[in-house]
Amino acid sequence: MRHAGKFLLLAACAALTACTGANRTGSGAGAGADGQALGSASDPASVAYFQQTLGDRVFFEVDRSTLSGEGRATLDAQAEWLLANAEREAVIEGHTDERGTREYNLALGARRANAVMEHLQSRGVPASRLRMLSYGKERPVAVCSAERCYGLNRRAVTAIGGPEG
Amino acid sequence: MIRAFVLALALPILAAGQAMSQEGPLRIEITEGVIEPLPFALPAFVAQSPEARDLAIDIARVVVSDLEGTGLFREIPQSAHIGRISDVAAPVEFSEWRAINAQALIAGAVDLGPGGRVSVGFRLHDVFAGSELGRGVRLEGDQANWRRIAHRAADQIYTRLTGETAYFDSRVAFVAETGPKDARRKQLAIMDYDGANPTALTGDDAIVIAPRFSPNGDRVLFTSYASGYPRIQLMDLRTGAVRVLERQDGTMSFAPRFSPDGRTIVYSLARGGNTDLYAMDIAGGSRRRLTRAPSIETAPSFSPDGAWIVFESDRSGRPQIYIMSASGGEARRISFGRGRYGTPVWSPRGDMVAFTKQERGRFHIGVMRADGSEERLLTASFLDEGPSWSPNGRVIMFTRETQGEKGQAALYSVDLSGRNLRRVATRTGASDPSWSPLRK
Repeated sequence: MRHAGKFLLLAACAALTACTGANRTGSGAGAGADGQALGSASDPASVAYFQQTLGDRVFFEVDRSTLSGEGRATLDAQAEWLLANAEREAVIEGHTDERGTREYNLALGARRANAVMEHLQSRGVPASRLRMLSYGKERPVAVCSAERCYGLNRRAVTAIGGPEG
Repeated sequence: MIRAFVLALALPILAAGQAMSQEGPLRIEITEGVIEPLPFALPAFVAQSPEARDLAIDIARVVVSDLEGTGLFREIPQSAHIGRISDVAAPVEFSEWRAINAQALIAGAVDLGPGGRVSVGFRLHDVFAGSELGRGVRLEGDQANWRRIAHRAADQIYTRLTGETAYFDSRVAFVAETGPKDARRKQLAIMDYDGANPTALTGDDAIVIAPRFSPNGDRVLFTSYASGYPRIQLMDLRTGAVRVLERQDGTMSFAPRFSPDGRTIVYSLARGGNTDLYAMDIAGGSRRRLTRAPSIETAPSFSPDGAWIVFESDRSGRPQIYIMSASGGEARRISFGRGRYGTPVWSPRGDMVAFTKQERGRFHIGVMRADGSEERLLTASFLDEGPSWSPNGRVIMFTRETQGEKGQAALYSVDLSGRNLRRVATRTGASDPSWSPLRK
């Protein structure tokens, strides 16, 4: 039942792009936010604000790493935030759905993370503050085997902080 | 008589669909690709001392399980036996075994000596020829290794009956999986080929994927997120020592495999969004770039002679299988069917490539000749992937994952001809099998 609740939450996230998943970034070691105070979402400098109000993730079509218009808008807001909070670093995690081989999905996740990284850099975020990695299909946030879950898993998440915290 | 059976086994693909029969009592029926398994009798192994009684039962059980597990042999239960063996050296009353239609008779004896020394002797008889097939064999070892001794006995029986090298005395490195699908915990593990003696090689605090055995079975390559990023690591199985092989900043490395001489690895390195193939000298650490393309190049595997690399690339727009020289350069596409192809693995015999195929929402394990001809799909399910060959190239083990919230990964094996699909017994979820060579 806990999972069912999460599905609904994530489905809402997908619709709004801005996600209220809080620290459920769906990542393991890359969940840098876990080690940091999220702060209050009403504080524009907080990680909670970044995740919930701006949206910490963008979604992709099957096999693609092309950003959608909606995705670019989310990343523009992320870039502004990163420029306003110059002490922050970010790790971009690329993910895929489960419909593909493990190896191919690792490479595809890297393409997605890189698309986000390049967009943030094009908006002025210094490369030195950005890192990226791919989880391939290893860390799904939605666990059903249907497109409504696959679409949520084909994502790139901007995690504030980093693997080293 | 049993020699005729050898020929039938050596040509299962050509013979599939035909019914073969011959004069005389030995009859191999191959219909619709289904072989009639060869019936054998294995009367209780003689315990040569009271201490060896349990061991004799256990060892016989493993031998039977190995042989039956191939799908090529069928045990005639002891309850149906007329004769019995109380002395392995004594002449065999073949009429008693012909009467129950046993084609092969395996007579064995087990002793447990001082210091826990196990000794297994066995003879293999061709019942209808009324003669021994090969000579008697004696195998010895420590009691702790009794399963290995049983596997080696079964290996010899298999080889005598099929004319092929065997695979029972081998291990499988794999990823043990626990926890829910959205918080899966993974750890590297190793077990006997039949699932016995599972042992964890790493903790489950970092994601690990796709272990790969070295050609002589002494080391395992794998990809670990222990550093926070996917990096290729090398574990020495004797000492347990682990070394990170590729640690370039801002890159990810994965999908490693050994060259046949065990000195080089070939793998994928992702830099920025682009994944290409590289080769690295393990001892010196020097690396050479093998592909230079904006597409995804991954899942490389050497040919057994070390001259070629088969790999997966989406340079044509969707993942397909290509072959290039081991030093890089022009690649030739070999997969042309519908759907997407991935994770090609060269067979130990060198003539075939096993692969994962995705088509119309289903996944398959398949094989094709190294030139891309004669593609055959061996399995079909929601998600099958990652084939690994048995040491003799007769069986393929792979990952099968079920769908949905409660989806679980498990290991399966299937015969090269698509018969005898079996789940490999594991305590937890399991994925990414890598079959070792035969142990020395």
